[in-house]
Amino acid sequence: MAIEIEQPSVGLSKVAVSETHGEDSPYFAGWKAYDENPYDELTNPSGVIQMGLAENQVSFDLLEAFLETHSEASSWGKGASGFRENALFQDYHGLLSFRKAMASFMEQIRGGRAKFDPERVVLTAGATAANELLTFILADPGDALLVPTPYYPGFDRDLRWRTGVKIVPIHCDSSNNFQITPQALEAAYSEAEAMNIKVRGVLITNPSNPLGATIQRSVLEEIFDFVTRKNIHLVSDEIYSGSVFSSSEFISIAEILEARQNKNSERVHIVYSLSKDLGLPGFRVGTIYSYNDEVVTTARRMSSFTLISSQTQHLLASMLSNKEFTENYIKTNRERLRKRYNMIIEGLRSAGIECLKGNAGLFCWMNLSPLLEKPTREGELALWNSMLHEVKLNISPGSSCHCSEPGWFRVCFANMSEQTLEVALKRIHNFMEKRERDRNLKVI
Amino acid sequence: MTISIARPNDSPYYIGLDRVSEDPYHRLDNPNGIIQLGLFENRLCFDLIEKWLSENTKDSVMGRDDGDLSISGIAPYQPSDGLVEFKVAMADFMSQVMGRAVSFDPSQMVLTAGATPALEILCFCLADPGNAFLVPTPYYPGFDRDMKWRTGVELIPVHCRSTDNFIISITALDQAFNQTRKRGIKVRGILISNPSNPVGNLLPRETLYNLLDFAREKNIHIVSDEIFAGSMYGSEEFVSMAEILDMEDIDKNRIHIVYGLSKDLALPGFRVGVIYSFNESVLVAAKKLTRFSSISAPTQRLLISMVSDTRFIQEYIETNKKRIREMHDLFVEGLKQLGIKCAQSCAGLYCWADMSGLISSYSEKGELELWDKLLNIAKINVTPGSACHCIEPGWFRCCFTTLSQEDVVIVIERIRKVAETCKISS
Repeated sequence: MAIEIEQPSVGLSKVAVSETHGEDSPYFAGWKAYDENPYDELTNPSGVIQMGLAENQVSFDLLEAFLETHSEASSWGKGASGFRENALFQDYHGLLSFRKAMASFMEQIRGGRAKFDPERVVLTAGATAANELLTFILADPGDALLVPTPYYPGFDRDLRWRTGVKIVPIHCDSSNNFQITPQALEAAYSEAEAMNIKVRGVLITNPSNPLGATIQRSVLEEIFDFVTRKNIHLVSDEIYSGSVFSSSEFISIAEILEARQNKNSERVHIVYSLSKDLGLPGFRVGTIYSYNDEVVTTARRMSSFTLISSQTQHLLASMLSNKEFTENYIKTNRERLRKRYNMIIEGLRSAGIECLKGNAGLFCWMNLSPLLEKPTREGELALWNSMLHEVKLNISPGSSCHCSEPGWFRVCFANMSEQTLEVALKRIHNFMEKRERDRNLKVI
Repeated sequence: MTISIARPNDSPYYIGLDRVSEDPYHRLDNPNGIIQLGLFENRLCFDLIEKWLSENTKDSVMGRDDGDLSISGIAPYQPSDGLVEFKVAMADFMSQVMGRAVSFDPSQMVLTAGATPALEILCFCLADPGNAFLVPTPYYPGFDRDMKWRTGVELIPVHCRSTDNFIISITALDQAFNQTRKRGIKVRGILISNPSNPVGNLLPRETLYNLLDFAREKNIHIVSDEIFAGSMYGSEEFVSMAEILDMEDIDKNRIHIVYGLSKDLALPGFRVGVIYSFNESVLVAAKKLTRFSSISAPTQRLLISMVSDTRFIQEYIETNKKRIREMHDLFVEGLKQLGIKCAQSCAGLYCWADMSGLISSYSEKGELELWDKLLNIAKINVTPGSACHCIEPGWFRCCFTTLSQEDVVIVIERIRKVAETCKISS
């Protein structure tokens, strides 16, 4: 019998086999545990409650009410041309009506304190794509972006995987509420220089994920001065700008620029999306707003790889250009998020747990460091494991956000009903009580 | 402060598109505007789709007929590679559109926001920067941007001849492979489009087998872009790569198919593309990469019902076929009257016309001079063969599915005027 010659298997690229997609971190492992045993009020009351997903479910009723009372928003209009022109529309400029609506919505969120030009709005299928696109445009493989820690775990994948760009962390810690300092900026820059890595820009998230807090004006000014001095870019991911609990507390980089008559603004690019503020992540709507003409042109061309469905653009254009709707939505959404935030903070406090003082976002930044057996990453992961498998809550460990201090966790509160949140708080309460009892027993 | 960017938009293909958008023809409002024959959109069957929408969705953009405009089902995060129901619907649609000669497994499918990112994602999975794909010419000008821009991959043209009706020969493929290797460049795969763009012909079964043998011998991939599979108007039968694999017990790990709804269902704005692969590792990596290019959930929901309506799709395919053929025959006959012959074709939304008789010098320069005359004097935008890397000057791709029958007459007339001036001066 002839011996079979083994055919070497056909090769794949380094991108395909690399681990840079980062999907082996605990951030994603917790989701797996949830998927296998998801909580349901009626059918699975002892399942895992998902508190690791920053999704906004508190304001769907407002969206539905709008659609019900504005049928013209959800139709293609009378006559033949409406549907077919929309179905054929694949222009990477995007529907003008939609760009205008996005620009105006972004202005409203900032209380009219900044102006946005629809011609500078570039559309992408989600902020994930927007961040990656900007990275492709602003940096070459091997270059770096400076990103303050703790940061959204997805950045490791979105900014680095296909682009080959590195992230050099700007270290922040609890001594000053994790604020970015000029010293930390300089230190990160020097660290990159020492490794012979070219820094192309700073990427901030404002309001911050996972901190759930806005960046103060003075800090924004310092960051802007820093990037101007170093002649590098500044990307401001403002995806949670509409989820600030009080409208006066969010300062956008756009306002800083306007106060300076847009001097040196060609290095600034804002990322936005409807996934958090409008609770529509399934729609895949993101934008890049750049003050740099060349970046706008290039990003627009590159957006061919990540266009928003023209059907979706059409639907949202009517919704977002209705000023009455958007004003009411922004205001109501804020109030409901604030109410949720207060509920969770109170609940945690009565269980003896403190959080970072937050004012935005769909999550809070919880301090469990007093509970750690050892103040190390391993100690934190052990605690995270208990939370996941014993308390049956999926929360995100700070180490997956590259936090330099162990013991911090991001806890999402807007992706569930109030009842579910109460159940989660009760579980935490019981967990803390049990720990207290166990500790007292040990002491005795 | 520098920005590292490529400049892929200087080809006549893109210049022509820009010119049309500046001065577009309109029968009433702008009768002297530029007629678009360079963008392969299919406008022939929208009446069918509109009828379906009015009967099934009360014309709602959200696609629901039951009065339940509930957003909560489609608003949250969905799997980035597409809803399972949509994959099931697309798998069946692809099978239907390809004449039920083969069936597709939804679990081997990854959905993307259009075929453009589908190709790019495959490129990222199969090749490293500096590697190459062999591509038979003439090919779709968009490949140069889609496959090379961000991936850093090279496209090596494998020239095909009109004497072969532009069907690839394995000899030419082998030559190109060896030459590329000599230059120190690693070839990772072959990219074919079948039905072909811009020629509009089908790769015969035998050619597909030969390509498979070649790929196996060199241990490389084959990416088959089958996006025009449902736009057949001739009597030949389309044979998908999937069908060949079905019949052979071959190692399938090297075969990947790209598909989408932009051509066959004329819905380019909705951004629906498909990667269909037989390679588990590619599917795993591609799935993760779809987070950068996911299909919008409301669009998926709307299309699930449309695409699963097999009776409607059957009617659509047949009517589409008939109307494309009518337009094709009219256009090709019109060109024939001017002494312009077209390559043999049976699919696609265009014809591949030999205007070499009209060019002053048999060269790329001569061809571009003619292209310029056609754009600025005849005011029609056609795609010159050089933009498609065709080795023989004088060929032009003319898309006819955006035209009405009256428009065809006008186009032929405009070409005639220019053709006469060319004959006088040559």
